[in-house]
Amino acid sequence: MQWNSVGEFFAMGGYALYVWGSFGACALLMIAEPFLARRRLSDVRKSLARERLADELELQQKNS
Amino acid sequence: MRQSIIQWFRFASPQSFYPLAGRMIPWFWAAAIIFGIGGLWISFFVAPTDAQQGEGYRIIFVHVPASWMSMFIYLVMAFWAGLGLALNTRVSGMMAQALAPTGALMAALSLWTGALWGKPMWGAWWVWDARLTSELILFFLYLGFMALQAAIDDPRRADKAGAILALVGVVNIPIIYFSVKWWNTLHQGSTINLNKAPSMAQTMLWGMLLMALAFWMYSIAVALMRVRAIILERERHTEWVKHAVE
Repeated sequence: MQWNSVGEFFAMGGYALYVWGSFGACALLMIAEPFLARRRLSDVRKSLARERLADELELQQKNS
Repeated sequence: MRQSIIQWFRFASPQSFYPLAGRMIPWFWAAAIIFGIGGLWISFFVAPTDAQQGEGYRIIFVHVPASWMSMFIYLVMAFWAGLGLALNTRVSGMMAQALAPTGALMAALSLWTGALWGKPMWGAWWVWDARLTSELILFFLYLGFMALQAAIDDPRRADKAGAILALVGVVNIPIIYFSVKWWNTLHQGSTINLNKAPSMAQTMLWGMLLMALAFWMYSIAVALMRVRAIILERERHTEWVKHAVE
């Protein structure tokens, strides 16, 4: 291992802005994207569940 | 023989692909995380300091995988789009639509990390060199594909229009790949070639390959998550969707 201290690790030999800017952007986008994808799925599921409930209520009203 | 072809086509229907994708997603996430941890460990703690670029070269461990994936996802997207156009299979268009945002993300990351690498090494965030320009065009192709699909209400027509755009845009992929050979670019030549030994240290190579695998698994996992949402959105008026979501 080439790092003698934590500070040296974060300094990245003077390239901190560029190295952490690159890895940070990747981490940020690659964490955000799955959350957005999951929200899209849960949104459509919720809307389907509402639709189903509405259908059931309509059926009940017709029957009573 | 015939039976096996029928088995294979069974998964071409959204109804059977939806649960299959759901079962595969956790495995791809697990693989992405394992490869990612291994790749990051090598990137920062095993790979030695570069003789010329110091620690700045470590950007390669995200720059190259993101660039590879941006090109590869485009090919896969165009393949699905073309298949949908030729065979009119429903899942194909959905797959192409699900891949586009992830491809655009990879192209954006490739450009972003490239700019952050170019500034300290070349002294410029951006140059209009063949490699950089063709990658920027790839990013716009993804955005154009997404915008075109979003602009057409009927999903089947949107698929067809998007497929034409995706297939025409394929010509850009070899241009990106060979740009460093065909033109005298500021961007360096490829580090890894099929016909000669890679021009980098073994540990650097391993780090890059592990990171590439992690990006690959990530892309599959997130595209499958998105395709599940798209399947439900498009098939919401069918009987099976009503029963699938309790």
